[in-house]
Amino acid sequence: MSKVLVVMEQKGDAGWHRISLEALAAGQKLAAELGVTCSAVILGESAATAPLAAELATKKLDTAWSVGHAQLAHYTADGWVAVLQQLIAEQQPQYVVFPHTYQVRDYAPALATRLGQVLISDVTAIHAGPVFVRQWMQGKLNAEYAHKGEGVCLVSVQAGSFRADEVEAGSCEVKTFTPQIEVSQIRTKPSEPFREAAQTVDLSAAQVIVSVGRGIGEQENLGLVEELAAALGAELAASRPICDAGWLPMERQVGSSGQTVAPKLYLAVGISGAIQHLVGMKGAKTVIAINKDADAPIFEIADIGVVGDLFEVVPALTKAIKGAV
Amino acid sequence: MKIVVAVKQVPERDAAVRVAADGRSVDESDVAWTMNEPDAYALEEALQLKERDGDGEVIVLCAGPERVTSTLREALAKGADRAIHVVTTDEGEGSLAARDTLGVAKLLAEAIKTESPDLVLTGLQSDDLGAGQTGVVVAELLGVPHATLVLQVERVDAGIKVKRELEDGWFQHIEMPLPALLTIQSGGNKLRYATLMGIKKAKSKETRELAAVAAGSRVDEVVKVALPERVKRTEMLTGSTDEIAAKIVEKLKFEVKIL
Repeated sequence: MSKVLVVMEQKGDAGWHRISLEALAAGQKLAAELGVTCSAVILGESAATAPLAAELATKKLDTAWSVGHAQLAHYTADGWVAVLQQLIAEQQPQYVVFPHTYQVRDYAPALATRLGQVLISDVTAIHAGPVFVRQWMQGKLNAEYAHKGEGVCLVSVQAGSFRADEVEAGSCEVKTFTPQIEVSQIRTKPSEPFREAAQTVDLSAAQVIVSVGRGIGEQENLGLVEELAAALGAELAASRPICDAGWLPMERQVGSSGQTVAPKLYLAVGISGAIQHLVGMKGAKTVIAINKDADAPIFEIADIGVVGDLFEVVPALTKAIKGAV
Repeated sequence: MKIVVAVKQVPERDAAVRVAADGRSVDESDVAWTMNEPDAYALEEALQLKERDGDGEVIVLCAGPERVTSTLREALAKGADRAIHVVTTDEGEGSLAARDTLGVAKLLAEAIKTESPDLVLTGLQSDDLGAGQTGVVVAELLGVPHATLVLQVERVDAGIKVKRELEDGWFQHIEMPLPALLTIQSGGNKLRYATLMGIKKAKSKETRELAAVAAGSRVDEVVKVALPERVKRTEMLTGSTDEIAAKIVEKLKFEVKIL
């Protein structure tokens, strides 16, 4: 019997949500350390889950569970909670590993509550024990959590914390699980996902990005970073609070709710570096951070750091760059 | 519509945080406290819903020790009609820190049950522990449907229709009957400031105190809290502003090679 169960997630019409492969790698590692087996499950409409389960059959797993049902054609928290509760009751895993996606954030806490448990969410590392590391205070502290008692332990892993290319290949059997679920159990009515205006800014291709955060203080101060971006020929980007305030359009947001970027240079101005922002930019080749707070988490991933007043450093830097080109 | 908004009091963003002597919690002795920002967006959404409806009631709810009354007063000054304070001890067995997400959600759910609201709103996550779960767990304890990462709420015949943020710039509308619980994403509305009149009025508004139910045992346990290890070796530049600027330009030319 398999002791670790990884709940995979489909993205759109085809393929995996990228973080679910990272969760699969985390689940395989955890199982290896505990000396137990790992299984994975994909939920959805039968036609959609079958090919994905077939792909799981090529991984080093005990079982690839294919859970198909007409009521799972569209995601609902009620549907996912009910079905996973049944599978967990039947299979009795010790650990259930989720990718920390928006969808998981929507249903996994409710599933944990039904099981009398608490999800250990947004885990960035798993140490021997097992001990699960997650961030406190917007990344200023790391807290290590252990699960107590006999019940199942639920964990979700943060994007970029485990490597999808470390998923171990192998072969396993695909098994189908037929859940009992009635239309009356689903209380919410979701409609088709949509996009607002077509995105006109593609930051993912930018080679140089100047990004601005809360430290800029006021909208009228944005000119400072706009001049720096212009001097560098860079795209201007921002962390979420700047876009929430309407100072820059949402499409210039970098982070888990915005764009993911991988430029040659990411120059972070007045950005503290909450994990939701870091997951969107840690693929940058070089990160330069300017921040007044020496303890800001952005300095944990920066290659070059300046602890100082951006209102002095940025204009001086703009001037120096203009003089150099 | 009767709306309960559950808010949390958290350390201010710029607060220097230190690990407590026990190595498993945050030293709160010098911390300045504020309303959790995502919860401020939830309060704003509730106030706007009431203003659009032209009637209804907004009740702000917070669990914690005496200090959280300042956050409740702020919410009353912004326009909440009354407040509920679930009183916990500052530290030890009865404190918030002694409870896991489920334990805290039980405190909130018990208080919400005494009001039988049509709608419960809260922020999508807290700026301190960041578990992002309390709202969903409260919904489950209350036995009501929920939606997370909500940007807009509108009344429809069958209940409410919400606009939910998905990943990568996608959105989705979801309908559900009332009562329901929503966790609010930042950016769906603009936060208001308390006016002088609001602050004055807040003084005469009711705050009801509820005793916290005893904490059960935690399902999870925080075994250690520490400063994160640096994963990269960061080269910190020092000197005068002009020297720092010159050093960065050197690096942009010869190391990053973009100039």
